[in-house]
Order: sequence, then C-alpha cells, then structure tokens
Amino acid sequence: MAEELKDVVLEYVKNEYLEEDDDEEIGYDTPLISGGIVDSFSMVSLKVFLEKKCNIEIPNAKATPEAFDTVNKIVELAKEIGGE
Amino acid sequence: MAYSTKAQEFYTAELSSTREAGLYKDERFIHSAQGADIEVEFPEGAAVQQVINLCANNYLGLSSHPDVIKAAHEGLEARGYGMSSVRFICGTQDIHRELEQKLTAFLGTEDTILFPSCMDANAGVFEALLGEEDVIIADRLVHASIVDGIRLCKAQQDSFKHSDMTHLEQKLELHQDKRFRMITTDGVFSMDGDLAKLDEIVALAERYDALVMVDDSHATGFIGKRGKGVHEHCGVLGKIDVITTTLGKALGGASGGCVSGRKEIVEMCRQRARPYLFSNAMPPVIVAAANAVLDLISRTTERRDKLEWNATYWRRGLTELGFDLKAGESPIVPVMLYNAKLAQEMARDLYQEGIYVVGFFFPVVPKGQARIRTQLSAAHEKEHLDRGLAAFEKVGKKHGVLGLGKKEIIEKFGK
Repeated sequence: MAEELKDVVLEYVKNEYLEEDDDEEIGYDTPLISGGIVDSFSMVSLKVFLEKKCNIEIPNAKATPEAFDTVNKIVELAKEIGGE
Repeated sequence: MAYSTKAQEFYTAELSSTREAGLYKDERFIHSAQGADIEVEFPEGAAVQQVINLCANNYLGLSSHPDVIKAAHEGLEARGYGMSSVRFICGTQDIHRELEQKLTAFLGTEDTILFPSCMDANAGVFEALLGEEDVIIADRLVHASIVDGIRLCKAQQDSFKHSDMTHLEQKLELHQDKRFRMITTDGVFSMDGDLAKLDEIVALAERYDALVMVDDSHATGFIGKRGKGVHEHCGVLGKIDVITTTLGKALGGASGGCVSGRKEIVEMCRQRARPYLFSNAMPPVIVAAANAVLDLISRTTERRDKLEWNATYWRRGLTELGFDLKAGESPIVPVMLYNAKLAQEMARDLYQEGIYVVGFFFPVVPKGQARIRTQLSAAHEKEHLDRGLAAFEKVGKKHGVLGLGKKEIIEKFGK
C-alpha cells in the first residue's frame, strides 16, 4: 500500500510541478522544496492532493516544508496521520 | 537589555551566510532625481558617478517630469502635506475622489478605491472578498504581494503552472465544489516580462464560473494601444472583475495603489479591506500629481509609443549581441544568467561602464534563474540605448556569455 502511495505521489509531483521541457529526474528522495522544485506557495496543492487521496486531514502545523520535502517524507506523514 | 546576545549572534550568522552565498543585497545612493541619467554613489563613500539607469519602473519617464512636479507643488499649496487620518474618518479629500474617478475611466471599470500602495491593495483585497468556502487559483509566478495577500485570506489556495491554460482549466474543474473561484495573475510578470493570456483566462472564467483578478502594476499606463493595460492588449476591457495596480511605477513613481473593478467588489473593499481601514490616506501632494499624470496619459499616447519603440530596439540589440533573453513584449527585458554570482559580477562591471542595473537572484527569482532585469523608459533616448548595448557587449564578452544558451551558461558557471 505504501509502495503504491509513493508511486502515486511521485506521479502527481511530476505532473503538477514539472514543465514539459523539464529534464529533471525526480525520485522518492529528491528534495522537492529545498531543491526548488516546489515552492512553499504551490506546496498547498500537494497537501490538498494528499488529503483527498488518503482521506485524511493534515493539520497546518504538520504541513511544513520539511515534512513535504521528499516523496518518502510525504508518505511517512500520510501514514502517521492516517494511523497506518 | 531586551536585545540578547543570542539573538544578535543568530542574526549576525544569518547575514554572514547570506553574504557567503553571494545573495547579499547592497543599496546604492542616488544623488539626483530619478531619470534616464542619474548620479550614483556606490559603494558607500565612493565618488558620485553619472550612469544610465536601466532598472527603474519609470516606464513613462514621469517620475521627475516638470508637469508632474508642478502639479505636486500646486497640490501641496492647495491641499496641504498630509491627511493625518485614515480615509473613512477624515482622510478623504475631493482630489482623492477625483483620482478614483479618473482611474475608473482610464482602466475601463465600474469603480476604484485607492490604497497607500499596490502592496496594500493586494494585502487587503482577497480577505475583503473571499472566505473558507472559496478558492484562489494563482499563477505560480504571481508577485510576492499577491502571495502575501492570499496567505492573509481564509480561502483555500491553489496554483497553476505559469501561464499554462490547460493546467488552469484542470484546477477550475477540480474546484467546482467551492462557492467562488478566483483566478489571480499578474498582467505583466515582473521578473520575466511576459504577458498573461487574459483573453484565454477570461474565456475559462466564463466557462467555469470564476472571478478574475489581475495585478497590472507593470502594465498600467503603457501596455495596450492606449496604455490601459494587459486587458486592453488582450481585447477583454470591461471583463476583469478586479484589477490592482500601482501609482508607484509608470504613473509618476511616487506612491499609491488601487483596486479597480466591479462596483460591489470595490464597495466591499471600502467597507472591509484592512489596509484601507487602518492605514493613512494617500498624501494630497501625491494625489494631485497623480491626477495630472492621468490627464497627461489620457490626452496622448506619445510616451507609451516611444516606450514601445525603445523596448523593441533594446530587445533586438541584445538578441543580436547573443544574450539569452526571456521572450516577451513588455519593456521588461531580462538578461538570463542563471548563476547569482555571475549576475552580480556583471552588474558591477556594467556599473563601471556607466550602466546601472542590478543582478536578481533567489529569493527574488527562483534558484538557478538569476538574471539582470533591464527595464526601458520613455525617458531613454536612442543614445542611451546605444551606450547601454555597447556596455553590455563589452561586459558580455569579458564574462564569455555571448552566444550561449541556458544549458551552456549553466555548464560553464553552475546554477
């Protein structure tokens, strides 16, 4: 389940944040926010996507740039809140 | 003492690391009025040097125009120095109303309300209009003041890839469950100089029932045949629900901003926008001068026509020299260098050649997108531009950037 969620989140990040002519390779541990791929303003889309996908509500205090910096960290956060 | 050693050491360390990363910004001291030629002291304590200014928002060359200065003097005599009041208590003069009416007529809207700045207009407009049941869908490159304004509002936030209408449409479909959807964009993007596709945005807004908000600060006065803005340029005059713009760029360059648009929306701002309710009224001297500016630009398009010629000439010149430019039609012409230190070093060398420009780097632009943002003015004559091009050629050759594209520049200098 966690493997599938990782792939779903990775796919979402690529579609949502990469331009068509971007040749950037993104992996599960690629720094998204500290790496400048996702800025803190457009990070909100990712939070909303995760909430809908996992049927959870992420408190604003936990939706930090650090918690959302990689696909692996995002999935960890979702598991923590979803109670898996 | 309230200011502890711990706090002082922390801030000192932060500032040091900013310097080490090549991201520190230095001020330069101008010993003259704003214009095409200015006198600058840089670094602090150095002899004052006359240089050509290629980085002001003085698009129509009105910042020191004699007619504008005369109107400011007359305004001071007739209406005094300051209002010492917010607008709704005792801070509204007849000339404030006159300016709001002139802006309404010029922008082709139903009503206008002044703010102390467009930064304040953007800070106040979203919170005054939208709540938790609504969503703001912003272009990812909107100005920082819009980002701040959106954060002050309780509406849900979302964003779309820069100028990507397909992505915007996806977001509009996604948010059909909200009460109101507001699309927000710059009219001219301040760092890239490109124009928003307002005709396509308006079409999508009509199809998906959304409001449209545009910050036209880098367009009002000179984009569009009559200088009304990007909405005029895109053929959607009268179809933008909310326009925010500034009096601090083309329209005199002093201070002030506004929200202009649908009558009820402006009225809501008058009743609820916090910067309007809690900040001092625009000073009479600036309002009087701004009224004169609106009269001038409504009477003739001479200045915006000259600006258009200057921008075309400049862009062609830099392209022929082999610089990597962001494509666009506005008088904002970014010379892309990608590396922050390179941008700063070239800006310093250009200054030595008598050209005043500034390197832009993170956080003003995204990491790896450093540039020298040049800006044209109707105050520039052809000789200014030719001297500018000669200087850019010399400095470009020195740093070995001519004829190189993005990939080559990054390979050579890093990001």
